[in-house]
Amino acid sequence: MSIKVERPGLLTSLQDLGRYGFQKYGVIVSGAMDAVSLRIANLLVGNQEGEAALEITLVGPSLTVKEDLFIAITGGDLSPQIDGEPVPLWRPVYVRKGSILSFGACRTGSRAYVAVSGGFAVEEVMNSKSTYLRGGIGGFKGRALKAGDIIQCNKMPKKSEDLFIKLKNKGGFHPFAAADWYVNPASVVNIKNKTEIRVIRGGEFDHFTPASQKQFFEQEFKITPNSDRMGYRIEGRALKAEESFELISEAVSHGTIQVPKDGNPIILLADRQTTGGYPKIAQVITADLPLIAQLKPGEKTRFKEITLEEAEQLYLEQEQKMQQLKMGLQLKKHKE
Amino acid sequence: MLQPISGGRAKSQMKPLGDSAILVQFGAEINEDVHLRVKAFTDYLETHPFAGFLDCIPAFTSVTVFYNPLVVRRQGDSGSFSGKERSPYKIVHSILEEMVTGLEETNTDKWRVVEIPVCYGGEFGPDLEAVARHNHLLPSEVITIHSEADYLVYMIGFAPGFPYLGGMSEKIATPRHTSPRLSIPAGSVGIACSQTGVYPISTPGGWQIIGRTPADLFLPDENPPSLLQSGDVIRFKPIPPEEYKIYKVRIYEHKS
Repeated sequence: MSIKVERPGLLTSLQDLGRYGFQKYGVIVSGAMDAVSLRIANLLVGNQEGEAALEITLVGPSLTVKEDLFIAITGGDLSPQIDGEPVPLWRPVYVRKGSILSFGACRTGSRAYVAVSGGFAVEEVMNSKSTYLRGGIGGFKGRALKAGDIIQCNKMPKKSEDLFIKLKNKGGFHPFAAADWYVNPASVVNIKNKTEIRVIRGGEFDHFTPASQKQFFEQEFKITPNSDRMGYRIEGRALKAEESFELISEAVSHGTIQVPKDGNPIILLADRQTTGGYPKIAQVITADLPLIAQLKPGEKTRFKEITLEEAEQLYLEQEQKMQQLKMGLQLKKHKE
Repeated sequence: MLQPISGGRAKSQMKPLGDSAILVQFGAEINEDVHLRVKAFTDYLETHPFAGFLDCIPAFTSVTVFYNPLVVRRQGDSGSFSGKERSPYKIVHSILEEMVTGLEETNTDKWRVVEIPVCYGGEFGPDLEAVARHNHLLPSEVITIHSEADYLVYMIGFAPGFPYLGGMSEKIATPRHTSPRLSIPAGSVGIACSQTGVYPISTPGGWQIIGRTPADLFLPDENPPSLLQSGDVIRFKPIPPEEYKIYKVRIYEHKS
């Protein structure tokens, strides 16, 4: 089974949940920007939730499906279509051999995920299939997809076969058939409040001027075009740390908001460096990282302060909902 | 140059880095004593990982420990940890505090010395002359000063395998270029103010490039994927351009 890339889109790469254990050698984590969408896509097609899937950015690719496939598309709505017909998100989809999966206008969010049942047949590098673009390793040949690439897929797991066959029969001569049920992402991620990202104070919060501390939570920030998988540069009224303050380089993480000398914050994301030397004003809570991943340049956001204990609670609740979702999907498979 | 850890340590401090990482601070300034504590703690943590431990990043004065809060919390619920603590951060905090306290007896009297061949000047080191001029030296003197020192690898960061080194002589310190070059080849050896370093992969950068090593610093197919590790001592060995292709990295253990 394989997929041929006709057009690669803006930035399409294979990502899983990231490459851990090698940060002390300067090897960045990488991985999906929106890990929740990736996990759900995998669960929908019967994969392990951390399997690698295609991460698609703003302008999607055009892909020819070489063999019958079982897929799920999640994340932002980039108007996916198969042979020109709109495909619904957040559900299992049978795709007929020879069909073309393409994307159109970016309706909501900015990143979509395409998981195939069985996963993509690429080697793990340092325990992960994530593409580390700058390091040139992992994923498909260590790079983003290009026109002409042919990516092999693994055989689908046994447990997915029943649903696949059911959908295939339903599809008949149609290019695809989607299940008539779906997963509501709002049950896992706080999508309603996507313009109010929750944060806890950063390690150097106290080293910002009182005016900047206040301003950080009061003003709106705009996502600038200078934003990518490494980080989002955001703009508002400039923030100031104390003149004399110097930070010795230390670790940063997914969601760290650091403020360089020009006063415009940077939210560090999946392809961040392992360490940084700018003062950290805040840290996006893990449960809201999927919301950040779906913001696009030009959009605005605010930050709301919560406590570490609240952030931990929200994380645990989100994981509980993922657990329920997983069990619910297993039951569905048995019923279908 | 390296001393074993001695008593009288300052108390370490911890603070959260978000809801799934914790930073353990071992001192307020960069020095070898703090570095040795960072290293001893990292070694201990990696050989005695707690349930939910994901990764760690040792830096100049701190070690940041990444964990999975869900796994930590489950362990807490199952009573594997003492007390009735519910907050994953607090559970990890108490585990790490115990580890730090237990570190007293750790003794580091062994380290690796890595000899890195460098072809100085010419096409490999386009800024060698500029560094010499800036410091009122001859290019050959810059090479001598740069290659006769021992450098301590304080940490790896910025790029895969990139060493933050301590120990460069102020006599060859030179500011960065005002505007960075778009691409510096992998292996380039550079100076930025009083720091020196080697670029493991090709990246844009503003460092003064004085030479290049044929050695690969980033080894994605090996474990560890980095030629250098925190705690190594490195020496630069000048080689002529003819030897660039037939170089050899030499690594040996040093025991005090």
